[in-house]
Amino acid sequence: MTDFKQWEGFEGRIWKEEVNTRDFIQKNYKPYAGDESFLAGPTEATNKLWGALQALQKEERAKGGVLDMETEVVSGLTAYGPGYIDPELKDLEQIVGLQTDKPLKRAFMPYGGIKMAEQACTTYGYTPSPKLHEIFTQYTRTHNQAVFDAYTPEMRKARHSHIVTGLPDTYGRGRIVGDYRRVALYGIDFLIKEKQNDFANCGDGTMLDDVIRQREELALQINALKGMKAMAATYGYDISQPAANAKEAVQWLYFGYLAAIKTQNGAAMSVGRVSTFLDIYIQRDLERGLITEEQAQELIDHLVMKFRMVKFARIPSYNQLFSGDPVWATLEVAGIGMDGRSMVTKTDFRFLHTLENMGPAPEPNITVLYSSALPKTFKDYAARISIKTSSVQYENDDVMKPVWGDDYSICCCVSATQTGKEMQFFGARANLAKCLLYAINGGVDEKLGEQVGPHYAPITSEYLDYDEVVQKYDVMMDWLAGLYVNILNLIQYMHDKYYYEAAEMALIDTDVRRTFATGIAGFSHVVDSLSAIKYAKVKCIRNEQGLVTDYEIEGDFPKYGNDDDRADDIAVNLLRTFIEKIKRRHTYRNSEPTTSILTITSNVVYGKATGAMPDGRKAYTPFAPGGNPSYGAETHGLLASLNSVAKLPYHWALDGISNTQTISPDALGHSEQERVENLVQVMDGYFDQGAHHLNVNVFGKEKLIDAMEHPEKEEYANFTIRVSGYAVKFIDLTREQQLDVIARTCHKVL
Amino acid sequence: MSQQETMGYVHSVETFGLVDGPGVRYIIFLQGCAMRCQYCHNPETWAFTKETAKTPQEAFDAACRYRNYWRNNGGLTISGGEPLLQMDFVSEVFRLAHAKNIHTALDTSGQPFAPDNADWMARFDAMLEHTSLVILDLKEIDDEKHKALTGHTNRNILAMARYVADHGVPLWIRHVLVPGLTDDADGLRQLDAFIKTLPTVRRVEILPYHTLGLFKWQNLGIPYPLEGVRVPTEEEVKDAENLLHVRDYPDAPKE
Repeated sequence: MTDFKQWEGFEGRIWKEEVNTRDFIQKNYKPYAGDESFLAGPTEATNKLWGALQALQKEERAKGGVLDMETEVVSGLTAYGPGYIDPELKDLEQIVGLQTDKPLKRAFMPYGGIKMAEQACTTYGYTPSPKLHEIFTQYTRTHNQAVFDAYTPEMRKARHSHIVTGLPDTYGRGRIVGDYRRVALYGIDFLIKEKQNDFANCGDGTMLDDVIRQREELALQINALKGMKAMAATYGYDISQPAANAKEAVQWLYFGYLAAIKTQNGAAMSVGRVSTFLDIYIQRDLERGLITEEQAQELIDHLVMKFRMVKFARIPSYNQLFSGDPVWATLEVAGIGMDGRSMVTKTDFRFLHTLENMGPAPEPNITVLYSSALPKTFKDYAARISIKTSSVQYENDDVMKPVWGDDYSICCCVSATQTGKEMQFFGARANLAKCLLYAINGGVDEKLGEQVGPHYAPITSEYLDYDEVVQKYDVMMDWLAGLYVNILNLIQYMHDKYYYEAAEMALIDTDVRRTFATGIAGFSHVVDSLSAIKYAKVKCIRNEQGLVTDYEIEGDFPKYGNDDDRADDIAVNLLRTFIEKIKRRHTYRNSEPTTSILTITSNVVYGKATGAMPDGRKAYTPFAPGGNPSYGAETHGLLASLNSVAKLPYHWALDGISNTQTISPDALGHSEQERVENLVQVMDGYFDQGAHHLNVNVFGKEKLIDAMEHPEKEEYANFTIRVSGYAVKFIDLTREQQLDVIARTCHKVL
Repeated sequence: MSQQETMGYVHSVETFGLVDGPGVRYIIFLQGCAMRCQYCHNPETWAFTKETAKTPQEAFDAACRYRNYWRNNGGLTISGGEPLLQMDFVSEVFRLAHAKNIHTALDTSGQPFAPDNADWMARFDAMLEHTSLVILDLKEIDDEKHKALTGHTNRNILAMARYVADHGVPLWIRHVLVPGLTDDADGLRQLDAFIKTLPTVRRVEILPYHTLGLFKWQNLGIPYPLEGVRVPTEEEVKDAENLLHVRDYPDAPKE
């Protein structure tokens, strides 16, 4: 058994025999059931650094969204020298490390696609190096080039029409969460030794494809681990050995994450579940009298400040899809262990407290792993922070734990992944709303007027017949599911080949579980359309070409979002039909297919590409986001809406079902205490039914409108709102998306 | 009594009511009201239409789906319209709720209260037995002003307050504050004095007049009598709250 002097005072054996962070946590953490009164405010250093960072953020916004960009050097673990928030305040930074040599400066990351990396530069007035252009077009290939070389004409068409969209074929797929805690617990040398051991035991000497690939990947991982040591050395740290104290634990862990964001520009670069782990180190130092609560909070504040600084160079079309510059530095708190003990520690409070010490912020994407069985003190505190900052999301630990255990992380906006044991093949979304229109129009795209889907017989009647539509929709969805999975198989193959996540995978078990994350867009509109066809009369309006381009609805029909089984059963069936069609297909590297009903802010872009629907949604207008009911469909108040969403079985959509709700503060209760109690009650009631996710916003529409009209007001600089699966500074959204957010139902009482 | 006779005519429901009774409330808004309050924000519930008819059991089952959210801090509120005009329906729904230990609140103007009608009072008593809380609007203490404001006398309404208190049923008293109409200090002092004589009052609320329901009058094509009347300032609301001593009552909102 290995033993390090840095482990003095820690209990347990198994985690010393093998890499096993979960075992370490379970043997050593101390649940905390008290309230928030122990928390400390920001230190002077925190205030100074945060002040400096806010000034930089202001400058960034004034410059059109980008402060500075690298144009000459390709990003890598040691590509750029060390960087600090402010060279003058360097000594105040408890936790160090930036993506580049300057704060908020965006790295040059061409491996996803050189064209995109260059376009990102030119968009913001920078000139990318011609030498790099030559290298990445003539001497080597990128993921993007490889994918487009291999795409079939049908795939290109589907991409162009937006029946499948948001595909990670121009940037990193993201969603892989390294177990960054391993760097702190074991130090890099131990991790290298373990990977070398895996390498020695990889295959029996027969060089099959899988074995060869595994050996190459392990070699890349070991190189990445060595690179991490070199990267840390530029900041004056030696991370070859385990962290000896709380400060080192936070720093070592952050270096692990920094390695990921220096080498990958995935849409989602999540941090993972780190609070309970870090608390063990902080608690040990507190008990030894080595640090004070102020110092403990300062470490967490400074770590969080770093997560608030993560940036990637993006192109305009990407920003339209994922508005507001998000990176999904998702970070979880709370949850309940397999043994029934609450995993809430003081550090879970400390992470939430950063939203008070440094004000609201969209990143890190703080996620409470919720259960009605969490300590009441913690639930109340989280609700209080939600009401104050609208910066927190909630996910149901009671439904995720049976599937993913008690050491899962959220690897994107809402999707669970076993920390250090699993990776995901992220795969954007299939536009099921457009698919319904293809079923009606025989595969002809209603916007382009071109044959995109298979040339099946269109519907020719004036009024839509439910049985006919359902039958045609089923075969069209079958086509779409097959095409979609194949596109993803191709993308994931090329990503592994040209943009392998060596740094993250080095911090994940070699024998890795892989999931294949598909997704659905336009969900509520399909449900309401089918309901309209079933319960009302829907008349087709055709253009000269004979294409149905609009619909007239005669009569009333039940809508998803009112706890009405007539509509909600259609929703449940739709989900089941889709996931079954996905599961039938072969998925790359024998990954386990999952699906999601979450759209991020892409509901606006998807909607823009999709014609009128039989539910009355006008052509080219936004979809409802994620699993949300459609705008204006909810007529029975918030809880009816929550009950509808809660009916969707999580285990059919293991990649997540996002639900975003906005509640006017006046409607939530008369006083802060009442609002806290009521919000906790809402969440207990919702999650106890097996619902998966809830974004909670507490503000009135008036505030949104004022912020849209007067973004310059000081009070709106950090005004954060939850959108589908992440948080965003409201003033960073495009005006179109601001209007979309304002149009959504705000639950209030007249 | 057969089920047909106790059908309820429901205007709408709100599953997430947080101000009409303690905790999280499911609110059934019944159709039909005889009052014509000048500041009414639900004029669409005035007419006695019979579109959505529900049996008490149906209405109760729909509400019960939200039990998860109530826990020990919430329940069912029946409002309107004027629920006392469909008292037998309310009575039956409340009886079903009490059988499952669910908190019931009646949100009423008190206008139909008929103390001289023995048959009516017997039915009222039956309902009161299963009512956990009565939320009663006292719109104006001065009878003449009350008539001008609502088209009805307030005598039976004040009598109802007394009757409910005498029967030991908890009360919340509400007063809508309309500048120039229901906000004179003397009137508020008299109202305060009256409320103090009711031993079961657990909360007194000032509801600031608002114009959010104005569009409904316009949609219905009814001339809005308070055209041009402003909403009260925060200070005016605070003054009125002080005059009514709202913080002295046990269910006053927690600070």
